[in-house]
Amino acid sequence: MSARLEITGLKAGYGQIPVVLGVDLQIAAGEIVTVIGPNGAGKTTLLNAIMGVLPAAGGIALAGKPLAGLAVEERVAAGLSLVSERRELFGQMSVEDNLTLGGWLHRGTKTAGTAIADIFALFPRLKERRAQAAKTLSGGERQMLAIGRALMAWPRVLLLDEPSLGLAPRIVAEMLGTVATLRAQGVAVLLIEQNARAALRIADRGYVMELGQIALSGSADELAKDDRIARLYLGQKQPGQSAAPPVIA
Amino acid sequence: MRSRPNDPPHPLGRRTCRVRHRPFCVPSFWLTLLDLAGISALIGLGLVLLTGVAGLTSFGQAAFSGIAAYTSAYLTLFSGFSPLAALPFCLLAVALAALLLGAVTLRLSGHYLPISTIAWAAAIFFLFAQLQVLGGQTGLAGIPPVSIGGFKFISASNCFILIWACVLTAIVTQQFLLGSRTGRAIHTLRGGALLAESFGIPVFRTRLTAFVYAALLAGLAGWLYVEFIRFLNPTPFDITAGIKDLFVVMIGGAAYPWGAVAGAAILSALPDLLQAVTGGQNENYNLIAYGVIIVLLLQRSRIGLVGALAARFPAFQGPDVKVPPSAAALPARPVPRPGEVLLKAEAVEKWFGGLCAVRDMSFEVGAGEIVGLIGPNGAGKSTMFNLITGADRPGSGRITLCGADVTGAKPGAAIRLGVSRSFQHVKLLRGLSVLENVMIGAHLRGRRGVVSGLFRRDRAEESSMAAEAERHLRRAGLGNVMHRPAGSLALGPQRLVEVTRALCADPVLLLLDEPAAGLRHAEKQELAQLLHNLRDEGMPVLLVEHDMDFVMNLVDRLVVMDAGAKLTEGVPDAVQADQRVLDVYLGGVA
Amino acid sequence: MNTTIAMLLIQDGLTSGTIYALIALGLLIVFTITRIILVPQGQFVTFSALTYGTLQYGTMPLTAVLVAGLAVIAADLDVAGAPADRRWLTARDAAWRQLAWPAVLLVVTFFANPAALGIFGQILFTIAVVVPLGPLMYRLVFAPMADANILPLLIVAVAVDVAMGGLGLLLFGSDGVRTAPLLAMSIPLGAIRIHGAVLLVLGTGAAAMLGLFLFFGRTLQGKALRATAYNALGARLVGIRVRRAGQIAFLLAAALGAVSGILVSSIMTVYFDSGFIIGLKGFIAAIIGGLASYPLAVGGALVIGMIEALSAFYNSAFQDVIVLSALVPILVIRSLLSRDLADEEPAE
Repeated sequence: MSARLEITGLKAGYGQIPVVLGVDLQIAAGEIVTVIGPNGAGKTTLLNAIMGVLPAAGGIALAGKPLAGLAVEERVAAGLSLVSERRELFGQMSVEDNLTLGGWLHRGTKTAGTAIADIFALFPRLKERRAQAAKTLSGGERQMLAIGRALMAWPRVLLLDEPSLGLAPRIVAEMLGTVATLRAQGVAVLLIEQNARAALRIADRGYVMELGQIALSGSADELAKDDRIARLYLGQKQPGQSAAPPVIA
Repeated sequence: MRSRPNDPPHPLGRRTCRVRHRPFCVPSFWLTLLDLAGISALIGLGLVLLTGVAGLTSFGQAAFSGIAAYTSAYLTLFSGFSPLAALPFCLLAVALAALLLGAVTLRLSGHYLPISTIAWAAAIFFLFAQLQVLGGQTGLAGIPPVSIGGFKFISASNCFILIWACVLTAIVTQQFLLGSRTGRAIHTLRGGALLAESFGIPVFRTRLTAFVYAALLAGLAGWLYVEFIRFLNPTPFDITAGIKDLFVVMIGGAAYPWGAVAGAAILSALPDLLQAVTGGQNENYNLIAYGVIIVLLLQRSRIGLVGALAARFPAFQGPDVKVPPSAAALPARPVPRPGEVLLKAEAVEKWFGGLCAVRDMSFEVGAGEIVGLIGPNGAGKSTMFNLITGADRPGSGRITLCGADVTGAKPGAAIRLGVSRSFQHVKLLRGLSVLENVMIGAHLRGRRGVVSGLFRRDRAEESSMAAEAERHLRRAGLGNVMHRPAGSLALGPQRLVEVTRALCADPVLLLLDEPAAGLRHAEKQELAQLLHNLRDEGMPVLLVEHDMDFVMNLVDRLVVMDAGAKLTEGVPDAVQADQRVLDVYLGGVA
Repeated sequence: MNTTIAMLLIQDGLTSGTIYALIALGLLIVFTITRIILVPQGQFVTFSALTYGTLQYGTMPLTAVLVAGLAVIAADLDVAGAPADRRWLTARDAAWRQLAWPAVLLVVTFFANPAALGIFGQILFTIAVVVPLGPLMYRLVFAPMADANILPLLIVAVAVDVAMGGLGLLLFGSDGVRTAPLLAMSIPLGAIRIHGAVLLVLGTGAAAMLGLFLFFGRTLQGKALRATAYNALGARLVGIRVRRAGQIAFLLAAALGAVSGILVSSIMTVYFDSGFIIGLKGFIAAIIGGLASYPLAVGGALVIGMIEALSAFYNSAFQDVIVLSALVPILVIRSLLSRDLADEEPAE
């Protein structure tokens, strides 16, 4: 099984603050892999670094092609697509315009026309609201629009950053169910989620990130039963502290 | 003040060449150039404070010079004033204009402010050009020179003394001002309105102070100009002049007083340099050259020539703030009594459009306890924190700090009641030393204003504040980095400095926003130790935090939020064992 | 003030107002897409007017030399910035993309006869030589500092304006130009006659606005530009090249400036330093629109035109003072309207 996306020793941060401290992971075509972990672990930073939104050190290869040094737009052209935490939709433009722009890289080709129909088939609710401005949509619909727009680029690897954020459980279930169907189309999906249980239900494999590094990894089933995850999420009490105040050199 | 390699050669160094009626042997042409450079440097100094330190870009300083110049010309030509007697009136006219324009425009945010300076500067210029009583386009001639006793300042060398005496005095007093309480307040403007308000610094009033100060310097320059040239038309005060003033500062380095001098000298010499290179009379080459230089400079670096030098040679920064061994203590608040409730939130709600971010939140923080506010992403912790600190207004509910109702009040109210905070993204002023940053915390514990700062009448109070800041820094283990620029510390010590700054405000409640974010393990332990010590002395602390290991080992009590509402509260062990909390963090089974 | 005078004033006001509107549109397009306040927009107008005027007076203007010079610098930078193994390819690419058009312009400059071009040819040449200045300005000045804050960009924009003033003096001298009206006709309307120049300005203005409206609203390229204006990161995430969007924005602004310049030269005398005050008034109109709303900017421009016409009538030498002073309360109102409760961005 050759890796569609291969990350080796990835390090990234904000200015002088290192957040991701060396991460290795692989995703194969048609696989859904999730990275879960407590807040502040660096999951969003990881995705932003893979996409090129943040500068990063280490290896990022898409179907064997190294992405280091490429701008965001060029990584999109290579087949990588990100649905970021903030969705980054074009609020004042219509649903249809947002989707059409998603297909920007394939404009003028034959597939452009049918692509929107496919997205509407995947998300019927978007079809109902096709002429509405994106900012008038509900949270769940916005999320679906963001995913639909990313799919319009026919990505080989789709990166999803906390798609369940701010959504009701029912909508989360519906949306993640739709994501699961992407498997059949051969898309490789990297799913970042705080909602560990929901993510592990649809994923094939998972990594657990803590403090910038991978702490655990395995098949989704194994991880779902692992007690250590709870402790990672809720912290661990330690034996007593030292009494004297330290001096900074 | 140490001299720097870029300074123009100091003519006083040629003392050996004393001729009775010509104190300097430097040819008159160079003196004239230096005189004009000095006038330009004065305006530049004002811009260093206004733009370089306070972050307010103004294209209108030339207009203020013009106001002073025309006032002086009018009074001396038509009302029989002597130039020296006219000076206070010039400065008064400029001050009034600055107060008026500042009152209207200084509340403008972002890029609207510099745009407004272009507008009124151009308006004032056109006014000069149109008013016939001021000579219109042709201008006024025969303006009498400054005279003290019988001595007239006419020649370039006499004016040199006058002008550069003013420049040097201005540099000295400006350094005094920037090292004072008002000066630190002006520095804070660059950190954002939230930072300033959180420590009780009035943003608008401070901006106005900086604005009027810069205008007064420009006014002095205008008076000197008209007394030197003794002929006046509107041209030197047009918008191009205003632009060039800003260029002076950009070339020299916006944040450095000697940058104004260096930039003024370079820009004054530029036309002649170019003439030497091109061998022609081409005025337009100046304009092209100015433009290209600025573009190249701002593309490469934003700190100018002196800035680049200062970065290479850190000794170029100002002298360290001295902390005298004995200084009077600042007034302090009484320590919270055990059992006293410092913070009380009752049924607080906040909606953003159709989204409910905080719903029916109620909890308390009492003396001598550390409370942690936790919850998964999107639970509303940051929103709740903003509502408590006054960065945002609740839709309904009540928030009480130290017994006073602060619902919907601005951040200034919290600090006055004794509640100080740190920020999620560290807001330290990188150019100031650690000690000066911490002294900002004590802003409301002092009273000295701009005049005391300028004339250094605030020594006693400054000593007290410095001593207080030092005490807190030593306690946090930061004693030996006190005099380093805050920007040179790593993130961990920077967060500690923020906490120390908050402590310097003598608070009765400390609010910390994700203090452990980005810290290494050892640094987190130091922070936890500091907070425990504070708690043991009776100081209550409320912190928002994501780092569960840190929080579980630090706090006495936890308040857990989910989807905007309070899920539960209790001691860490109980919360860790609570299945509902686990569900909320790991996610419901969909 | 009777009806005839009122109608004449309205005619004047609408004419200059339309010019200011075109300038404001250029400013808005550039600002919304790139966050750059294009202070030198007035210079595009000046260069165009002076180029066209020079042609009308019978000499070939040297604007193409400036374009060629800048293009050579841009091409050099492209080549220098490419990785070593791609340098030859980049050089060949750059030579074709950057230098072909300026080469053509140079040929025309040195071998063509202004009279032989005819009015239509002169107009075409003027536009052809001024429009490339836009993308070149973007490439040389702003693109290298695209991630800077608005303020350094503003200062740099002002610096470019100053430099272009100098270049204008160098290329065109200090004499003014006034060109022949393009439509030598007049239509009666009530008691007055509407001159061809006015019709042309209003007509061109309306056509330009309609064209922009259709471009941004109906075409995919136009929508991509709007998307970049709304959300630059979102645009990058769908593969839109933001730098290219910036170039197109500057191209449109330069085109609007070029057209305005030709129109302006037929209704007033243009000097090398006229650009500043014309640009400033267009700028005020754009500010009235909050640097965001196109209809408001156009409306504001027309109002400014009317104020000018009225003050010229009442022989007020203070028209500029009034217009500029009016900007201050407008800014305050605008700022209050777009007030954010959250923290202002720190200057560092």
